[in-house]
Amino acid sequence: MVAVVPLASILLEVIRNGISTISFQFITALPGVPGQTVGGIGPAIQGTLLLIALTSVMGIPPGVLTGIYLTEFGNNKFGRTIRFLNDVLTEFPSIVVGILVAALLVVATHQYSPIAGAIALSVITLPIVARTTEESIKTVPNSIRDAAMALGIRRWKTTISVVLSTARSGVITGVLLSIARISGETAPLLLTILGSNFFFSSWNQPIDALPLRIFNDASQADPFTRQQAWGAAMILIIIVLTLNIGVRLATRGRYGSNRSRI
Amino acid sequence: MSRMEETPLDHAGVQSSRLQNFSYRLSHLSGDDMFEVLSNVFACTAVVIIALTGIVLVRGSIPVLGKFGLGFLTGSGWSTTFGQESYGMLPYVLGTLVTSGIAISIGIPVSLGIAIFLAEMAPTSVRVPLSQLVELLAAVPSVIYGFWGLLVLSPWIAKYVETPLTSSLGSIPIFHGSPHGLDFLMGGLILAIMIIPTVSSISKEVMIAVPTSQREAAYSIGATRWEVVRMGVLSYSRSGIFGAAILGLGRAVGETMAVTMVIGGALGSEAVPTSLFIPGQTLASLIAGQFKEAESLQLSALVGAGLVLFGLALLINVFAQFMVWKVLKVKAGAVE
Repeated sequence: MVAVVPLASILLEVIRNGISTISFQFITALPGVPGQTVGGIGPAIQGTLLLIALTSVMGIPPGVLTGIYLTEFGNNKFGRTIRFLNDVLTEFPSIVVGILVAALLVVATHQYSPIAGAIALSVITLPIVARTTEESIKTVPNSIRDAAMALGIRRWKTTISVVLSTARSGVITGVLLSIARISGETAPLLLTILGSNFFFSSWNQPIDALPLRIFNDASQADPFTRQQAWGAAMILIIIVLTLNIGVRLATRGRYGSNRSRI
Repeated sequence: MSRMEETPLDHAGVQSSRLQNFSYRLSHLSGDDMFEVLSNVFACTAVVIIALTGIVLVRGSIPVLGKFGLGFLTGSGWSTTFGQESYGMLPYVLGTLVTSGIAISIGIPVSLGIAIFLAEMAPTSVRVPLSQLVELLAAVPSVIYGFWGLLVLSPWIAKYVETPLTSSLGSIPIFHGSPHGLDFLMGGLILAIMIIPTVSSISKEVMIAVPTSQREAAYSIGATRWEVVRMGVLSYSRSGIFGAAILGLGRAVGETMAVTMVIGGALGSEAVPTSLFIPGQTLASLIAGQFKEAESLQLSALVGAGLVLFGLALLINVFAQFMVWKVLKVKAGAVE
């Protein structure tokens, strides 16, 4: 029961403090200037959506392909090494990923950018997607593969259109959970997209994101800014928990505890 | 390329002559080969990322390592003034160890309690929803833990835990200080809360993987319920639980945002953890807090901090994964 106390307290406090802040204006407007009492988190929401979209394009295909490799071709020493490193990468401190991307892309040009942020997030999604893809492809019975082969379908086509589509719901689960994870990821974004008070303007300018907005606003003494942070926290927690609970309900009992470490 | 993966289809070509076989493969199997190569390439991404991180961090910290040598690890200075720069990582390494230590010493017993309850005692009707709640707790973003810690938990801890401790035990050095809730203790506490879901759900899996015969054997020699858990289950699954604990330690060491928000952000020799109730800093929070303004040598110092953190995390994780793997090999896929 002890474990439930923090969760209950977090949810309660976030809802209690955040609910009064939420309005249409709050989720679309620019942040207010400290001292003022109008403002919103529009740029943060836009930034988070942009990052999710970019990361989905960049991070998910390699993750799925890695997962396919691990099940279809990875039953050897190299495959086991990859699987092991993949697990290690899952537990990597995200700030280190942030330094990596920042050192490669940001420091050299002094330009914080959405692309750098999305690359950092892709590095984080890759092992998660790979792992869940592998787990769900593993559950596809060999007889389905054999049936496809017997019909004379090429192996790669079998994998893509038969195996993968049988395992579809598991793969989608992994993708959704990794999206939930990156929407709350803050540390790498701090080093790559910096945070901003304005909407997206160009590919080489800083943008804002929900977790960054919470982080920046939380440290302000101004009560209105802090109030905004509560509102942003509420929206973020709604996104993350909806994705998680939704996925759990949709796949209830099927993959059991596979997600315990994501 | 390995031909071990040959499909039954490949054998159709065996009957034709060698030349035909060759051209058959060239024209018909190239799709499969390309697919295999492609997924091989992407499978290497994890290797490339880890290697690249190592290279980038080492290269980035060469300036600061060249200037201070080993003093970078053992020093405690923090001066960004041009001409008298001084960077030492000792306070932050110690800070990381202290906060992770607190997290482990509070988080592990609680997690074990939860795991034992879920695996051994709770009926399914309680176990399933409670397990899921615990797992949801793991999904809450760390910035929200930090925010909640900063505004809700920290004032509470300062008032009800730290103030009484300082006034009664203030003469003991580790309880010395003027508690305001943003200090090493708070950093450790928030980490403890954050590692509980991970450690308890892995420990639970490991315990469930213990064969029933173990429990039956303990019961048959007249053991009480607690003795069954201790002798039959805990001792059987100890290396797995140990692995889960180490994995929790890895999380605690690398966790950034929540700690940054509640640890107070001291720099230099002030950040040496002489008391639990003074503001501090960990390697991760140092990077998060300072990176934005960093230039030249300071930047290199932060990359150096990243290198230390990377090494620490890699070591802990490889070890932990290895431990968990060894146990769950018998029951593949039980944890992930």
